[in-house]
Amino acid sequence: MTEFESSPTHIPPDRLRVWSFHPATWILVPLVAILFQVYVPRFLSYLSYLELPLLVTVYFSVMRRQPPAGALTGCLIGLAQDALTHHYLGMYGIVKTLIGYSAASLSLRFDVDNAGLRFLLGCGFFAAHQVLYWALSHSLLGTHDALHVPQTVIAALLNGVVALPLFQVLDRLKSEAR
Amino acid sequence: MDGLFSRYRNMSALLALLAGQLLLLAWQIKSDGDTRLIRVWAVTAVTPIVRGLEAVRVGTGGLAQRWFMAGTLETDNARLRRRTAELDIRNQLLAEQLQQAGRAQALLEFRSQLSSRSLPATILGNAPGVQSGVFFLDRGSPDGVKRGMAVVTGDGIAGQVVAVYPSASLIMLATSQGFAASVTSQKHRTHGLLKGDGNSCHVEGIRNEQALDEGEWFYTSGDDRIFPRGLRVGPVRSVRNGADGKEVEVRPAALDGDISEVLILLDAVHGQIPDLATPSQPDVQVLAPPPEDTHESAAAAAAAASPAPAGGSSATPQTDADRMKERYKRIVEGQNIQIGVTPYRAPDFNRQPAAAPSGAGTATAIQPPGTAQPGAPPTGSAPAGKAAPSAPKAEPKRTTSAQEQR
Repeated sequence: MTEFESSPTHIPPDRLRVWSFHPATWILVPLVAILFQVYVPRFLSYLSYLELPLLVTVYFSVMRRQPPAGALTGCLIGLAQDALTHHYLGMYGIVKTLIGYSAASLSLRFDVDNAGLRFLLGCGFFAAHQVLYWALSHSLLGTHDALHVPQTVIAALLNGVVALPLFQVLDRLKSEAR
Repeated sequence: MDGLFSRYRNMSALLALLAGQLLLLAWQIKSDGDTRLIRVWAVTAVTPIVRGLEAVRVGTGGLAQRWFMAGTLETDNARLRRRTAELDIRNQLLAEQLQQAGRAQALLEFRSQLSSRSLPATILGNAPGVQSGVFFLDRGSPDGVKRGMAVVTGDGIAGQVVAVYPSASLIMLATSQGFAASVTSQKHRTHGLLKGDGNSCHVEGIRNEQALDEGEWFYTSGDDRIFPRGLRVGPVRSVRNGADGKEVEVRPAALDGDISEVLILLDAVHGQIPDLATPSQPDVQVLAPPPEDTHESAAAAAAAASPAPAGGSSATPQTDADRMKERYKRIVEGQNIQIGVTPYRAPDFNRQPAAAPSGAGTATAIQPPGTAQPGAPPTGSAPAGKAAPSAPKAEPKRTTSAQEQR
């Protein structure tokens, strides 16, 4: 028995379903999300505020409802992002590991099929992602980058809005785990 | 122990992942660890896909255009509407092509003027991250690109190469956090350090008492040994006194619009910071000097031809004042009046002055006003001794001004 199995949930057991995905989905969806972030903002610069790899991490984590799996998903996607930047490897990895773990933990307590909650997941985890990254950069690397709070709030809302259709599209790729 | 791990299985997994990544991070920081292999794999895996996407984008752009143009139109109204849409799209495509061609042309011209050896490059895409300000270029280590090289456009500095891979390289824009370049202002030669803050740039290290104007341009000073001296940076957008010196905001001119083509300076050569241009002169037409008055010029020519009085100036009158002085002198002499001798008799300055006794004075006085040929030199300005012999041959029947006076 783990600490989460013993904790109370707010959803009936029949809705606490665990979903699985085709192995290709695990690879292609994060890859497309990263490529989107690499390629699309070149033409539509305002879309650079979209953190699709983060939303994909959150989605896979909440659908699997397994915190270790969520943490691992976040870790791999974050490291892939790190490899394409000039920063140290592990910065996005650590942040997304924490996000994946938290998202999976939340999914054990709440009905993540709810649209309102999905919007909040998108908003909240984006803000948490940005704050965590900023805090880690300050504490581990000693950088003095500024955290633009108004920009972050607006971008969080944007990510929350985008999370709704994105999660619905990704819902078509899931199948119930046995 | 097993019970502890099984009880806190989730937390253990999380801690293991975090610890692993923290160790990786610590190793990189401690030993300036070379994770190049992982990065090369990642970039090499992504770059072909991005290149393919670019090719698809260009291809489908043409297909979409053809699809729009081949649509069957049933009613005139619908046809006209679609036609308008087609033309709009076409217009946008053409405008984009024109803009791209213009940018390329401007970059080419700038490159030809640049004393540094440079390499043109195209931006492929962004590095991951929200507003990372880091871009992939289509040039890599085989092209001679090295980390730290300056990246410029025709409008000024754009950024700096921060990582190089075989198939691509990463540049950090001047507005990115972490970017720094040594700059100096054009007018007051105020030195400072340009830093990116994510959205724009600011210049640090300028004391409050140092002079700097809003709108004044900054140029690279070359002190950072990354950017050669003399490259444009951008104008000062705002400047105000602060606690630790002036707070100066600068918008890099190269990043004002969309950039897709840049130049990487392979072999940077320092240049000069241009001086401020002098204000352009207003468009004013200035006429040529007026022609000489014929009577005066005749007298002047006569005076020039006559031998100089003892102790007097033998030079030909050069100015109007000189000519007037000569005229009055001859008037006085012609009336046999001695100035300053009592009893004083006032000369009549309304009378014409007496001509010089020699024939030289007849040279120019015979030509009536208004008959001078355009382009011909003014008679009075002819050198003494040259105009005198030639003029009588031209108009032998005319009388001299002295004879007319008599």
